[in-house]
Amino acid sequence: MIDIFINNLPILIVTVPLMMSLFVVLVTNSYLSFLLTLATTFITFLIAILLYQEVQSYSSISYALGNWLPPLGIEYIIDHVSIIPIIIISGIGFLATLFAYKIMPSELSDSSISKTYGLWLLAISGLIGLVTTGDAFNLFVFLEISSLASVALVAMGAKQDRQALIAAYNYLIIGAVGATFYVIGVGLIYAITGTLNLADITSKLALMEDNRALIAGFGFMVVGIMVKAAVFPLHIWLPRAYAYAPSAVSILLAATATKASLYILARILFSVFLPSENIVSFTLTYIILPLSVFAMFGGTIMAIYEKDIKRLLAHSSIAQIGYITLAFSIGTKSSVAAGFIHMSNHALIKGGLFMAITSISYYIQKRVTIENLSGLGKAMPITFCCFIICSLSLAGLPLTAGFISKLYLIKSAISSEGLWLSFMILFSSALSLIYLWKMIETLWLSPLNKKDIKIKEKPVIYSSLLLITFLNIYFGLDASLIVNSSFNASNLLLGINK
Amino acid sequence: MITSAMGIWNYWIVFILMMIGLFIVIGRKNLLKKIVGLTIFQTSVFLLYITLGKITGGTAPILTENSSTIYSNPLPHVLILTAIVVGVATTALALALVVRINSIYGSIEEDDISAHDLIDYHDQNNTLKKSILQNSK
Amino acid sequence: MISIENYILLTIISPLLVCILTPFLSNNIFLRDTIGPVGGVFSSWGAIEITRSVLNGEQPTIEIFEIAEGLTISFNISPLGAIFGIVASFLWVFAAIYSVGYMRGKKEKNQTRFFAFYAAAIHAALCIAYSGNLLTLFIFYEILTFSTYPLITHKQDEVAKKSGRIYMTILVGSSILFLLPAIIWVWVTTGTLEMSQNGILSGKLDPKYAPYLLMMFVFGIGKAALIPLHSWLPAAMVAPTPVSALLHAVAVVKAGVFTMLIILTNVFGIQYLADTGSSKWLIGLACITLISTSIIAIYKDDLKARLAYSTISQLSYITLGGALASSYAAQGAALHIVTHAAGKITLFFVAGAIYVGANISKISELNGQGKSMPFIFLAFFIASLSIIGVPPMGGSWSKLFLMMGAVESDYLFVIIVLCISTIMNVYYLMEIPARAFFTKKIKNIDVKIPNLMIIPTMITCLFTIILFFYIEPFKNLTLLMVGK
Repeated sequence: MIDIFINNLPILIVTVPLMMSLFVVLVTNSYLSFLLTLATTFITFLIAILLYQEVQSYSSISYALGNWLPPLGIEYIIDHVSIIPIIIISGIGFLATLFAYKIMPSELSDSSISKTYGLWLLAISGLIGLVTTGDAFNLFVFLEISSLASVALVAMGAKQDRQALIAAYNYLIIGAVGATFYVIGVGLIYAITGTLNLADITSKLALMEDNRALIAGFGFMVVGIMVKAAVFPLHIWLPRAYAYAPSAVSILLAATATKASLYILARILFSVFLPSENIVSFTLTYIILPLSVFAMFGGTIMAIYEKDIKRLLAHSSIAQIGYITLAFSIGTKSSVAAGFIHMSNHALIKGGLFMAITSISYYIQKRVTIENLSGLGKAMPITFCCFIICSLSLAGLPLTAGFISKLYLIKSAISSEGLWLSFMILFSSALSLIYLWKMIETLWLSPLNKKDIKIKEKPVIYSSLLLITFLNIYFGLDASLIVNSSFNASNLLLGINK
Repeated sequence: MITSAMGIWNYWIVFILMMIGLFIVIGRKNLLKKIVGLTIFQTSVFLLYITLGKITGGTAPILTENSSTIYSNPLPHVLILTAIVVGVATTALALALVVRINSIYGSIEEDDISAHDLIDYHDQNNTLKKSILQNSK
Repeated sequence: MISIENYILLTIISPLLVCILTPFLSNNIFLRDTIGPVGGVFSSWGAIEITRSVLNGEQPTIEIFEIAEGLTISFNISPLGAIFGIVASFLWVFAAIYSVGYMRGKKEKNQTRFFAFYAAAIHAALCIAYSGNLLTLFIFYEILTFSTYPLITHKQDEVAKKSGRIYMTILVGSSILFLLPAIIWVWVTTGTLEMSQNGILSGKLDPKYAPYLLMMFVFGIGKAALIPLHSWLPAAMVAPTPVSALLHAVAVVKAGVFTMLIILTNVFGIQYLADTGSSKWLIGLACITLISTSIIAIYKDDLKARLAYSTISQLSYITLGGALASSYAAQGAALHIVTHAAGKITLFFVAGAIYVGANISKISELNGQGKSMPFIFLAFFIASLSIIGVPPMGGSWSKLFLMMGAVESDYLFVIIVLCISTIMNVYYLMEIPARAFFTKKIKNIDVKIPNLMIIPTMITCLFTIILFFYIEPFKNLTLLMVGK
C-alpha cells in the first residue's frame, strides 16, 4: 500500500491539488474550503519533501504516466533541478494559504471564497505540473492551466479595485500569445525531431546540424517562456496583475508563478538545446544578458518612482527576475547555481514583503501607498520588523538570505565576466535600497495618523509572516541547504562538459 | 519557383493568418477585437500542426487489414484537439472578463478605460471626482 | 580557569546581552541604566585577557558557525584587533555612564531604545575588531551601520531624517558598491577569505591590478571618512552627544580606519604594498583630506561640527600611516587609534557637558564661560594638547611614529603636511579654552552639569596623560602587528 503511494509520488503531487480544486469549488462554506485548501497544500508540501529525499538518494526519478513508456508516453521527471521549484511552489503555497485565512474574507465576498480557493489550488497544481513534466506539449497544457487559473484569481480583485479586471485581461491576452508562441516552437521542433519528450529532443538534436527550423523553433519557445517569466521587456502584464490581484493571490503569484517559468527557461536553454551550443550561447550573450541588465535597472528605477507599494514590489520583482536571468546568461556552473539560489531566496523575500504589505493594508483598511505608511512602524512593531528584515534581504545585506544569493551571483560574475557586470549588479541593488529605505523611513520617522493608533496586531496574521521572515534569516545563516541543492541542480543541468 | 512556393501553400496561409491575428491583438484598441485576433492567431497554429502531420497521399490513420497503407501522422491531430480545448477555455475566460469590464467601466475601448484608470490612480483619495464620474455614468 | 575562547565570547556577547536585556528592563530605570556600564566592565575584562594572550604571542581563534562551504563566521584576534577591541570596550564603560547622565540631563524620549541600539553598535564594533575573515568583517561592518541609524535619527524630526539619509547613502552605498566586490575579488583570486599576518595577495594578484583593488577597498570603507566620502560624519552629529562621542569618535570611525589598516596590513601586506607601490595615490588622498578638513574645521562655529571635521582629519593620519607602507608608519597608525580615541572622546564629552549644562553649542557663545565650569574646560585643554601631540600627552607617541615612518619610506613632504596640520590643530582646538578662560563673559548662565557626566570626562582626560607613560603594551602589540 505504502509502496504504491511512494511509487506514485511524482503524479500525486500534481493530481492531489488538481482533484481537490474541483472539490473545493463545490464546498459552499468558506471556512471549510479554507481548511480543505490548507490541508491540501500541506499534503502537497509533504509530498514535495518526500520527493526531495527520494531525489537525494536516486538523483533522478522518471515516472511514466499511465505506464506508457517514454519517449512515446508522457514522462514526469523529478531530479535535482526540478525539485527546487517544486519545493518553492508547494512551500510558499502552504505559507500563503496559512496567511490567507483572515485576509481572503476581508477582501472577497463570502460566496466567492471557495471558488477562489478552487482556483488557488488549480494554479498551484498547474505550476507544479509545469515543472515536473518532461513532455513539451504537456508543458504547454500546464502552462495554460496555471495561467488561466492565475488570471481568474487576479480578476477576483475586482471587488477591491476595478483595475483588476483590466490587469487580468492584459495578463490573459499577453499570456495566451506567449503560450501560443511556445506551441509554435514546439511544433517546429516536433517537425524536425519527431518527438515531444524533452530528453528525447536533446538526443535527436545532437544528431543534426543547426538548421532554420531549429533556430526558429528555439526562438519561439524561448520567447514564449520569456513572456511567462516576465523577462524584460515582456513583463508589461506583471506589475498590474500583481498590484490589483487580491492580496493573498499577489503573495502566491509573486513568489511562485514566474519561478516555474524561469525554471523552464533554464531547462530549455541548458538542457533541451544543449547540442545546439552556438545558438544558445548567442542567445545568452547577446539577448538575455543585455535584457537582464535593462531589467535590473528598469525595474528598480520604475520602483523608485512608484507610490503604490504593491506595484512598487511588482516592479522590483522584474528587477529581481533580471538578476536570475543574468545569472543564467553568464552560463557557467556557478552562475547557474547562483540563479537557482536567488530563485529560492527571492521567493522567500518577495513572499515576506507582500505578506507584510498585505497585513498593513489589512490593519489600515486602505490601499497601501507611501503616504499611508506614515508612522505605522510604531503601531505595528512586529510587522515593521519583519518588513525591515525582508527589505534588507531584498537589498542583499548580510545575515539574510538575499546576501547569499548576491554573494554567489557576484562571485560567478567576477570569475567569468569580470568586474563591470558585478558593478552593474551592485549598483542596481544599491538603487533598490532607495525605494526600500523610502518606505522604512516613512514607517519609522513620519508621524502616525491618529486613527491608526488603536491598531493591534493579531497573531493569526503575523504568525506566517514571522515564519517566512525567520526563513529569510535562517537561510542567511545556514545557506548550505540551498547552496548545495542549487549546485547539484546546475551540475546536473549543465552536464560535465562545462 | 512558383511551384515550390505553391507546394508549401498551407504554410503561407498559416503565416498570413498568424500575422493577421498578431496584428489585431497588438494594434486594435477594442478588447473584443483583440480576442478575435487571438483566436485567429491560435487557429493559425492549429493549421500549422495539421499541416505538419499531413503526408502526401496519406489517408486517415485507421488500422486496416492492408498494413502497407500510408496514413497521416495522427499525433498532431491529437495535440491540436487539446490545444483547441485550451483555446476555448482562454476565449471563454477572456469573454467573461470583457463582459465584466463592460458592466463596470461602461466601455470596452482601451482608451476610455485607461482614462478612467488614470483618474483613479492620481486621485486615490479624491473621492469627489470619483463620485462625479459615477454619477455622470 | 576561563579559556581564551570564552574570553572572546565574553567580550563580544556582553554588549549583545545588554542590547537584548535593555528592552525588558524598561520599567526599572535604575537597572536598565546600570547594565550598560556593568556590561562594559565585563567586556573590558575579556578584552584585557585577550590582549594578554596576544602579547604572549598567541593568536586566539574561535569559529562560530559555517554559513556555507568556505563561508564561516569566525573570530581570530590579530594584534591590531586586540588594540581596537580594548579601546572600544574600555571607553564604552565611561561612555555608558556618561550617556546615562546625558539622557537624564536632557530628558530625552525613547531612552530604552537608545541604550539598546547603543550596545548593539558596540557589539558590532567589537566583532569587527576580532573578526577572523573578510566575510565576518563585512557582515559586522554593515550591522554597525544599521544599528547606528536609529541612534542618529533619535530625535525623529526632519533634520534627523535628512542626516540619516546622507549617513545611509554614503555608508551603505559605498560598502555595497565597492567593499563587497573588492572582498569577492580577493576571494576569487586567492580562494580564501582568511586574512593573514603578512597579507594574502602577494603572488596571487598581478601587481598592475593592485591599485584598482586598493581603490575599491578605500572607497568601499566609507567609515574611514576619506575625502569624497566624509560628509556623513558631520551629518551624523545630529545624534545625541554620547553617540557622537563613542560612535563617531571611537567605535564607528575607528571601525572604518581599523578595517582600512587591517586590509592594508593583513590582506595586501606592508611588504606587498611597498614592493608594488600601489598605495602611493592613497598617501596623496590622505594628505588632501588631512589639510582640507583642518581648514574647514577652522571655519566651523558649531562645536560638534568642528570636532567632527577634526576627527576626519585625524582619521586620515591613520590611513596615511597604513598607506606609507613602512613598519614605523603602521605602528604610528595603530597607536593613533588609541591616543586619538582617548583624546577625542574627552573633547566630545566636554561638548556634550557644555550643551547639557549651559545649553551652548556654538563656539562664539563660549566667551568667558571658563569660570563657571573650570574642570570641564581644563579637561578640554588637556585633551586638545594630546590631539595636537604635545608631550607629556599620549598623542605625541603616535605623531612621532608617523613621522618616523614618513622618513623611513622617504616621503619627506608628508612630514611637512603633518606639521602644517599640527599648527592648524593648535589653531582650531585652542580657540575654545582660550575663549572660555581669557575673554569677557557675554551672558550669565546657570550651569548645572550632572556628576554622571563630569566624572567620565575627567577619567578619559586622565587617560590621555596616562597613555604617555604607559604606552608600552600598545607599542608591543604594534610591534607584533608589523612582525618584529
